[in-house]
Amino acid sequence: MNSGRRNANAGNPNAGNANARIGYIAFNTFREAVRDRVLYNLIAFALLLSGASILVGEISIDVERLVVVNLGLTAVSLFGVVIAIFIGIGLVSKEIDKRTLYTVLSRPVRRWEFVVGKFFGLTGTLVVNTVLMAIGVLLALLYVAHRFEKMDAWVLVALYFIVLQFLIVCALALFFSSFSTPLMSAVFTFALFVIGSLAEDLRGFARITQGVGGWIATAVAYLVPNFSALNVISQVAHGDAVPGRLILYNTLYALLYSAMAISGAVLIFQRRDLK
Amino acid sequence: MAAIEILDLEKSYLVGFWRKRPKLALRSLRLTIEEGEVFGFLGPNGAGKTTTLKLLMGLVFPTAGSARILGLDMDDPRVKSQIGFLPEQPYFYDHLTARELLNYYGQLSGVPAKGRAARVEQMLARVGLSDSAGMQLRKFSKGMLQRLGLAQAILHDPKLVFLDEPMSGLDPMGRREVRDMIQELRHEGKTVFFSTHILSDAEALCDRVGIIHQGELRGVGAVAEVTSQKQGKVEIVFCAQAVPAGLTSLGAEARVSGDMVNAVLPEEQQDAALEVLRRERLKLISLTPVRRSLEEYYIQKLRPTEGQREREEDRKGVGA
Amino acid sequence: MTATRRANLVAAAALVFSMAGAIATLHAIDHTRRASAAQEALYVRSSKVLRRMSLGYTGLLADIYWTRAVQYFGERHHHGSRDFRLLAPLLEVTTELDPRLLPAYQFGANFLAPKPPNGAGLPGSALFLMKYGIEHNPGQWRLYYNLGFLYYTEFKDYAKAADAFAQGAKLPVTNEYMPILAARMAQHAGEFDTARMLWRMTYESTKDPQIRDNAVQHLLALQVDEDVTRLEQVVEKYREQTGRLPASMGDLERAGFIHGTPADPKGRPYKLMPDGRIEVQDPESIFFITKGLPPGAAPPQPLHQIEPESR
Repeated sequence: MNSGRRNANAGNPNAGNANARIGYIAFNTFREAVRDRVLYNLIAFALLLSGASILVGEISIDVERLVVVNLGLTAVSLFGVVIAIFIGIGLVSKEIDKRTLYTVLSRPVRRWEFVVGKFFGLTGTLVVNTVLMAIGVLLALLYVAHRFEKMDAWVLVALYFIVLQFLIVCALALFFSSFSTPLMSAVFTFALFVIGSLAEDLRGFARITQGVGGWIATAVAYLVPNFSALNVISQVAHGDAVPGRLILYNTLYALLYSAMAISGAVLIFQRRDLK
Repeated sequence: MAAIEILDLEKSYLVGFWRKRPKLALRSLRLTIEEGEVFGFLGPNGAGKTTTLKLLMGLVFPTAGSARILGLDMDDPRVKSQIGFLPEQPYFYDHLTARELLNYYGQLSGVPAKGRAARVEQMLARVGLSDSAGMQLRKFSKGMLQRLGLAQAILHDPKLVFLDEPMSGLDPMGRREVRDMIQELRHEGKTVFFSTHILSDAEALCDRVGIIHQGELRGVGAVAEVTSQKQGKVEIVFCAQAVPAGLTSLGAEARVSGDMVNAVLPEEQQDAALEVLRRERLKLISLTPVRRSLEEYYIQKLRPTEGQREREEDRKGVGA
Repeated sequence: MTATRRANLVAAAALVFSMAGAIATLHAIDHTRRASAAQEALYVRSSKVLRRMSLGYTGLLADIYWTRAVQYFGERHHHGSRDFRLLAPLLEVTTELDPRLLPAYQFGANFLAPKPPNGAGLPGSALFLMKYGIEHNPGQWRLYYNLGFLYYTEFKDYAKAADAFAQGAKLPVTNEYMPILAARMAQHAGEFDTARMLWRMTYESTKDPQIRDNAVQHLLALQVDEDVTRLEQVVEKYREQTGRLPASMGDLERAGFIHGTPADPKGRPYKLMPDGRIEVQDPESIFFITKGLPPGAAPPQPLHQIEPESR
């Protein structure tokens, strides 16, 4: 890769290096995604959420905070996953499908740079999305509780975990897009999200199962993304603390799993014929 | 130095859902294009033109063979900053403006930040998109996208430009503009390799043409040479309502259109024919030796030769 | 090609490294979060909320909670924990989500009531669960069986146990032993046979390995209890006839009271103590026995090291 950096543009002394190109691709991806309709969906969602929490606040007095956190964070997570799949696949498969990729890859851009840049751009988009949605949840929380309490900090941790979920979803979407059609990629990614949300139970099943089936179940249980540990919604809804060690491990896990999916995507994409 | 040196490049795709079998898209292509040349790659749809271009762009990988571009191996990263590529029916990011798109491509091609903005404006002006530079591309017409495609292909001032069907989908005016632009590139000393199935474009623009059919290069020739070959026939055009009997007996193939007659006959009968006209007091309009058109050359090359026909049978045998 | 190959190599290395790292991290996460999945049962005690949350997939959710319950108990039991406070809510959530999940009731009957470390020590919860189960599955004789079993083993309420077995016996689909059990309860006789029948039925009516293992242990213990009782009766008879206690098992054999050397189910001969009592050789080897123990010894439990409860 270093050689590429040196030689990328022999005739042009100011040729960018790989990092710069990844940055350009990431920024362009972000810009393309942000201008899509996704943002309007988010605004609609935030309004809907505020409305719903006001209603709930009128129905039941004691559990209003509980319901707002549960409802809000679950909605952020589910909507966000749909958005992550939508733009993750849309922005990669579409480039192949509509051949925008041709004009990118006929430039001094290596394929791995494209994949990595795409991933960063998508991640940036998802972070911005989540921040916007989170503001909606926090406003709703403020509306029912009138002030923030110390335990609301754990809500932020739960939101952080949700972003980590999106990171993995996004990497998976990218991975599947590297060899599959947009529709199939969406199906695969969503299926893995559902399975991954049950990952801990899956490992439970695997532990109970014996013999060859147990081995296979264990392998599968450890390879599917583990979204259950990233879901602490009901925990923080009850104001329970999240152990610091879990924050650390979950961060590590999300980064490693995304890296794994991206590496896979790169390996496949490097040798793929762009028909 | 040759601008492009294609050495037995070959590509077969795997087709079929369950039992994949190879389908040859390009058969062992050997072709050299000199620097400064405008080369037309001709062939019907699905002949292998786009496959060749994709191979050279590194979008698909060859099954066999290799190519050198501007003296470098085609996989060499340095190649990419010196070439421009316009894909067939280009499509770009819907939500970017023309200006943003060109700026982005400029960044990727390593156009220095300092002169980039000016360069982008210059390109927009050159393809006549200055007025639409701030518009999102989803509102662009097909013709506008084609022009933008040209702009992005020459944005970074490449030495070598690949154009895949640059005239398709354009109105007569747009085609004229693209022709003019290719001429300009020629004057700037660029090498242009473009594929087309429109022969008149190729005849008007190219120094040389290659004819490809069913994945196989059928012939390469200089346009001037191809079209200057005499056929031993002359064409006589004169004013008349009907074909004079004397001409038909000379072996002429004549066609009446309005009050004009167009007759083609062997060169050695030229004087006899003129004598007939004088006798009949018919007004001669023109007399020209018949030259082979590019079209004839093309048709001739497309017709399979004996050997090719045999191979054709083989291929069908393999495919079945 | 070299640049591409280098990128491939880096990607392959990154793939292997990150996969290994992810799996290792997952292990660490599991350690941090052990039982916290089960913990959720405390948050969603209302089945209505849960039903709504499950978006109609109550069957799947019930299965998940059922696995969690089995795993929760199995893991804690294995680690010698005495704290099974989540077992009841887990089983309640499971059965509320799917009231027809019969194995859950069976599991509850066997492990909710017994005192720790053999169960959660909540006979009341177990009773509640059985009644809830019968309410939703009135045609299942197994639930009546479980209910009678509970009354008999945990509450020693023979009348109610007899009633439960009798009701179960009246069902269109039932088990041939149900009326016998009802009769036995009514007569309040033949303790060993009744207990043996109960445990055997428990063993035969389930595929759950934990329940089966528990039943086998109880059957073995019953065998010992019965042997010891019988041998002690023999010793008493010997004393009545000879006016003295036998000095060894040989004395009993020569007097024609027994044949061979009686041994426990694990094959170890019973010991005849100087005071005429019978003891097993290794009280630790057979769980749940109530007889044949040294004076003052507690009945052995299926656990040897009891760890202090950490979480």
